[in-house]
Amino acid sequence: MARIESALLSLGSLNELAAQDTAIHRRDPRAKLVTTAVFIITVVSFNKYDLSGLLPFILYPIVLTSLGNVPSGEIFRKILIASPFAIFIGIFNPLLDRQILMHIGPIGISGGWLSFASILLRFALTVSVALILIATTGFEAVCLSLERMKVPRVFVTQLLFMYRYLFVLIEEALRMVRAFSLRSFNAKRVDIGVFGSLVGQLLLRTMHRAQRIHAAMLSRGFDGRIPLLRSFKADIWDAAFILFWSAFFVLARMYNIPHYLGTLFLAALP
Amino acid sequence: MHMADALISPAIGGAMWAATAGLTVYSARKLKDDLEERSVPLMGVLGAFIFAAQMINFTIPATGSSGHLGGGMILAILLGPYAAFLTMASVLTVQALFFGDGGLLALGCNIFNLGFWPCFVAYPFIYQKIIGSKPTQRRILIGATLSGIVALQLGAFGVVLETLFSGISELPFTTFVLLMQPIHLAIGIVEGLVTTAVITFVWKANPELVASESSSRGILSLKQVLAGLVVIALFTGGALSWFASTHPDGLEWAMFHTAGKEELNTPTDRIHAYTARIQGKTSILPDYGFKENSPAGKAENTQATTSESWPGISAGTTVAGITGGILTLALALCIGMILRRFSRSD
Repeated sequence: MARIESALLSLGSLNELAAQDTAIHRRDPRAKLVTTAVFIITVVSFNKYDLSGLLPFILYPIVLTSLGNVPSGEIFRKILIASPFAIFIGIFNPLLDRQILMHIGPIGISGGWLSFASILLRFALTVSVALILIATTGFEAVCLSLERMKVPRVFVTQLLFMYRYLFVLIEEALRMVRAFSLRSFNAKRVDIGVFGSLVGQLLLRTMHRAQRIHAAMLSRGFDGRIPLLRSFKADIWDAAFILFWSAFFVLARMYNIPHYLGTLFLAALP
Repeated sequence: MHMADALISPAIGGAMWAATAGLTVYSARKLKDDLEERSVPLMGVLGAFIFAAQMINFTIPATGSSGHLGGGMILAILLGPYAAFLTMASVLTVQALFFGDGGLLALGCNIFNLGFWPCFVAYPFIYQKIIGSKPTQRRILIGATLSGIVALQLGAFGVVLETLFSGISELPFTTFVLLMQPIHLAIGIVEGLVTTAVITFVWKANPELVASESSSRGILSLKQVLAGLVVIALFTGGALSWFASTHPDGLEWAMFHTAGKEELNTPTDRIHAYTARIQGKTSILPDYGFKENSPAGKAENTQATTSESWPGISAGTTVAGITGGILTLALALCIGMILRRFSRSD
């Protein structure tokens, strides 16, 4: 039950962050969407053993959380919660790939550990930019820019509908589970036999609710789309935003910046 | 079971994105033809329902562990394949955006694994065939359980193939298959039983929700689905071989190869040399064969690359790499702190 509550909280809190007015929030949603896509594709395109080359990419989430006033602790916690699958698959790499690829002093580090660390870093990077996209743009604006980018309207409308009713239905589910647990000596989980009728009941209520909603919407002139009042005006700063970051990502992809930095630093040492 | 961005290559991610986008446009067009107005609010609210239902944990008998609903089959049974596919896609999109469950690039893979198989394969060819024109309790039990199992087996196999072709994980095919398929057999049986329980409950309370004729939802022919699968397989294979032919994975390769290819017929080698230089600069290990090489071959290989790349064996470059890595991190954090202060005083 704590899980349902925390999910409900995080669904709302992430989107509420988008209501701020900062230099990042003012950028056109499409600019942030495109930059996020370029970021993810460049990060994923790295060789599987590459670790140092990925480090400069940390700059993008750091700059966005700082300028966009997004709590980085919150983002970090969400990354940890989502990580089990990547860890579960990645942990086999150190076991299967024992070829020593580098040495730190006397300790040899195998390719498996390198690629495992690379998977974890990739995971943290790609997940964090997705969360930051929502926290600095807001779900409605992301949906709207999807529509502008020719994603089918039915799908976009459906996304908006779903988000709107998530809160209602999760609260409903929460009430039902609470009622169940009060009547069953605080059982933490629902028995599988009870689950069918519990969820079936929720489903019936949902269908009735959908019918009521639809009737109400039709009587208010619903024509198959949700109009959102939001003007999209990309300015020169949005173009600059995309160009600057894309150039940075491509540069960081082609040149191993930490390697050059380290060489330079070591050469400067007396 | 969500694929993560960290485990896939751009070629696989892109190919699955293209496949999923195609299916989304196709489904949206199909829906537009007949029942858009009525079904869109229903789809949205049902998507929210699946989301909420996934959060209710139940105990799995005799194991002491707990599970939760997947929901693909319930959606397909209530909405038909096209609307169910779109609804599942939107559930997964929200999960990727708000919870980091599967990344944005892996979204294509996830929608395909968890949406395509239940909606376009298990529902029309197993569930509908077993239910026929008149549902009974036994038919619902057999149909839902069987299609739940098949959908999850295919989905798990999809995860295996996508991971394998991406080449980020070291897991060999057989080990991975033996790991994934039995786990998902168990999950599939549970999913099937839970789907049965929910659908039976709804069917008893409100039969017309479950029994509505399939004709209004469009009928899929086996030929159509098979043809679609072949197209997707060819497309994925093509994308893979295109990427893999000279360089295992790489954006830079895609970017510069297109430029290089146009020049192939003309004798000027400038662009080619440039491409080669860029490739040399960017590839840390020239190919995946690296670790299988004999020691002699490996030594050669490293010598060729150490001069400009990090995980080389030479101690000097390692030190430079680590120092540089720490410096990069410190620099990024400093920039972040300065910006934070700057934006606060704003």
